[in-house]
Amino acid sequence: MTLSGSRPNPAGARPRPPFFSEKKEESGGRGGSPGNSPVCRHCGTPLGAGEDGFCCAGCAAAHALIGAAGLEGYYRRRAESAPPPRPDSALPAEDLSEAVCDLGGGEAGLTLLVEDVRCGACVWLIESLLARQPGLVTARVNLTSRRLIVRFRPAEASVTAILAPVQAVGYRLVPFNPDQLDQADRRTQRDLLAALAVTGFAAGNVMLLSVSVWAGADQGMGPATRSLLHWLSALVALPAIAFGLRPFAASAWQALKSGRTNMDVPITLGVLLTSALSLAETIRGGPQAYFDSAVSLLFFLLIGRTLEARARGRARAALADLLRLEARAVLVLDPDGSRRRVPPRRVQIGEHVLVAAGERIGIDGTVIEGQSDLDESLLTGESLPVPVGPGQAVQAGALALTAPLRLRVTAVGDQTVLAGIVRLMEAAEQGRTRHVALAERVARWYAPVIHLLAALTFAGWVWLGGQDWQPALLIAVSVLIITCPCALALAVPVVQVIASGRLSRHGVLIKSATALERLAEADYAVFDKTGTLTGGHPVLIPEASWTPEALAAAAALAVQSSHPLARALVVAAPGGMPAAGVREEPGQGLSAADGRRLGRYRFAVGEPAPAPTTTTGPELWLNQPGKEPVRFRFTDAPRPDAAVTLDHLRDLGFGLEILSGDRSGSVAALAATLRLEHWQAECAPAAKAARLATLARTGRRVLMVGDGINDAPALAGAHVSIAPARGADIARAAADLVFQGERLEAVVEAVRVARKARRLMVQNLAFALGYNLLAVPVAIAGQVTPLIAAIAMSASSLLVILNALRLSGGRR
Amino acid sequence: MDILLILIPLALTLGLLGLAGFLWALRSGQFDDLDGAAQRILFDDDDPPPPGRQDQTRESSQ
Repeated sequence: MTLSGSRPNPAGARPRPPFFSEKKEESGGRGGSPGNSPVCRHCGTPLGAGEDGFCCAGCAAAHALIGAAGLEGYYRRRAESAPPPRPDSALPAEDLSEAVCDLGGGEAGLTLLVEDVRCGACVWLIESLLARQPGLVTARVNLTSRRLIVRFRPAEASVTAILAPVQAVGYRLVPFNPDQLDQADRRTQRDLLAALAVTGFAAGNVMLLSVSVWAGADQGMGPATRSLLHWLSALVALPAIAFGLRPFAASAWQALKSGRTNMDVPITLGVLLTSALSLAETIRGGPQAYFDSAVSLLFFLLIGRTLEARARGRARAALADLLRLEARAVLVLDPDGSRRRVPPRRVQIGEHVLVAAGERIGIDGTVIEGQSDLDESLLTGESLPVPVGPGQAVQAGALALTAPLRLRVTAVGDQTVLAGIVRLMEAAEQGRTRHVALAERVARWYAPVIHLLAALTFAGWVWLGGQDWQPALLIAVSVLIITCPCALALAVPVVQVIASGRLSRHGVLIKSATALERLAEADYAVFDKTGTLTGGHPVLIPEASWTPEALAAAAALAVQSSHPLARALVVAAPGGMPAAGVREEPGQGLSAADGRRLGRYRFAVGEPAPAPTTTTGPELWLNQPGKEPVRFRFTDAPRPDAAVTLDHLRDLGFGLEILSGDRSGSVAALAATLRLEHWQAECAPAAKAARLATLARTGRRVLMVGDGINDAPALAGAHVSIAPARGADIARAAADLVFQGERLEAVVEAVRVARKARRLMVQNLAFALGYNLLAVPVAIAGQVTPLIAAIAMSASSLLVILNALRLSGGRR
Repeated sequence: MDILLILIPLALTLGLLGLAGFLWALRSGQFDDLDGAAQRILFDDDDPPPPGRQDQTRESSQ
């Protein structure tokens, strides 16, 4: 059975044939439906007319490599929705040999992060390719964490040779140091799962034994049998408690040592006292032992802890991976002409660096050679590409769009403009008032109150009730047992876990523990413009100044360029025949063999622009021999769901504002389109952060949404912040939540879920406290039996969990 | 009630066996990649490749 045959195919998805037949590619003419147009045999990229088989040489080589290894089955197996990566043959591979560590016994190993592993077929292809390499011991891909663990014998083959086929097929491999935070996360999760299993086993068995005791009490079970059952319960429960209590005891001890209390203090104390009391009763042969309560309390609490650790670990790992994949090495050109890839921080000032077209610049420098257009939108919010040439300065974070550049490094590390923004960001972060989580606020007064209550109960029974100290102590401990905050400790984490699960299905990752609570409080939303409210790429404005014929003629030229304005033309007129003999002058325009020219006015027409243009947006001119020049104008169009998103936020009671680094003309135009009254243009990063501080002083709880490097200080200083996953890595690092995909409406979804989650948390807390309010008098009166304690504890925990489950409600 | 002396240890032993099994699976990393495991079960044919063919492909892929 093949993979593709056994997977449920989404409706309408056609199974991809192993090879597209030659006939099909020839007949798939231009302008046909997307289903018939030719696509690259390897990566599935739609091809222009006249191209055949593959979109690039890299894909052709990858296809040949897979075929030669006898792994064509990959093309049948892969999921329709997961196209394979496009190999980038132009760049030399990163040097991976530094990441190899010696495992002893003539074997070495390394761990890699694999970009673009999306389905089982990728796992199969990578493992099969590696299995065919000499010198390999084992190779295993983890699909969940996208890690590849390789063990090989360095004597037989170098790591570069072993991994070469995987890189040639197009998977980018990033060295990954496994002994980091990630590993600690993983161990915590594993320990919690083990503790959960042990306490679960103990809780089930002890509960069975307890039921026997309770049933036996009615049917005249002898004290000897009861004692036996109690001893058995102790035998099962005490080791499990010792094992399962460690996470709580450690946290409680930490809190007490620093002079605070948290929810774990009453939990630890309650469980310890319950166990000690039950053990004493068992030794004494008494009728009441609470082992079942103690163990099931731990079991319930560990469920919450485990889910929480898992959800947070997953979100954190996803973000860490995003950051690691972005930390691209810089290509350094040595004086002798050799090239090597080096991490940005190890580049020296004065060295020469090559930036490929489409690559983000990793250092500050001056252009020595090359003409290109720079996309600085992440850096400044400027939506138009800026042409640069020799002698001009460029900054880390800008994207070279049209042509490669050769740079001389002028600043690295702390001296870069980027590092300056990072310092601003850190300053803003310190200025933010520390948010105290809801559960922590409750725990601060809850723990002292119940301990005082237990002490008063003891004192009351001894002095007022005239009891001996032993029964009085029993009653006091039973107060602690019944108030042991099982439901209270579950009330918040369960809601958080379910909320973050629901949000991650919508592509929203939560980074900080209190992000949801802060998001629920927000009442004012500040948006960045370029890349956040807008798509970040220009769109052709329909006008009377050009005809469809002129557009088709322009698109025929533009199809050869990767400049954003040229792409916008192609999007507006898809399926055109590419013109012959097109040459691109970076920063100027395109010219075809037949004399057509497309680009700046000066380039296209050949003379200076007639008058300073009154328009604000970018424009392209098309000059065809014997015809009037035609002008195309573009705008950075808002995201399709921007208006809807803002309307929803308005309905939710948000004040709205735009803070942009772009020029005021385009910001004003966008504000008018989206019916926003408040906007500021030409904001420097510091000005954005200052504006947020002003808003915070007027009592606003500001939600900041932004994607750029220039937004990072504002994101760090806001009450709560959201960044798109496509944004700059520093913006993602500064934000509390990150949303994936193109839909801005994810912000609304996040706010809705956060508010609902807060409502449920408050409900849960109220319920847990109400339950204690009812149960405490019974306990103080000395009327609590193990049966009552067990029922009350389980019932309240289950109710809190069920209430939280309402959040995941139906819509999946 | 003497039967309890046999049945209770028996029940606990069986439970402990299950627990030990789970802890073993956890320790040997079987819960590390739940997504991958779901897909891996569907790889059935040429993994690992037969030795003769492996040699062939080694030559041709280099």
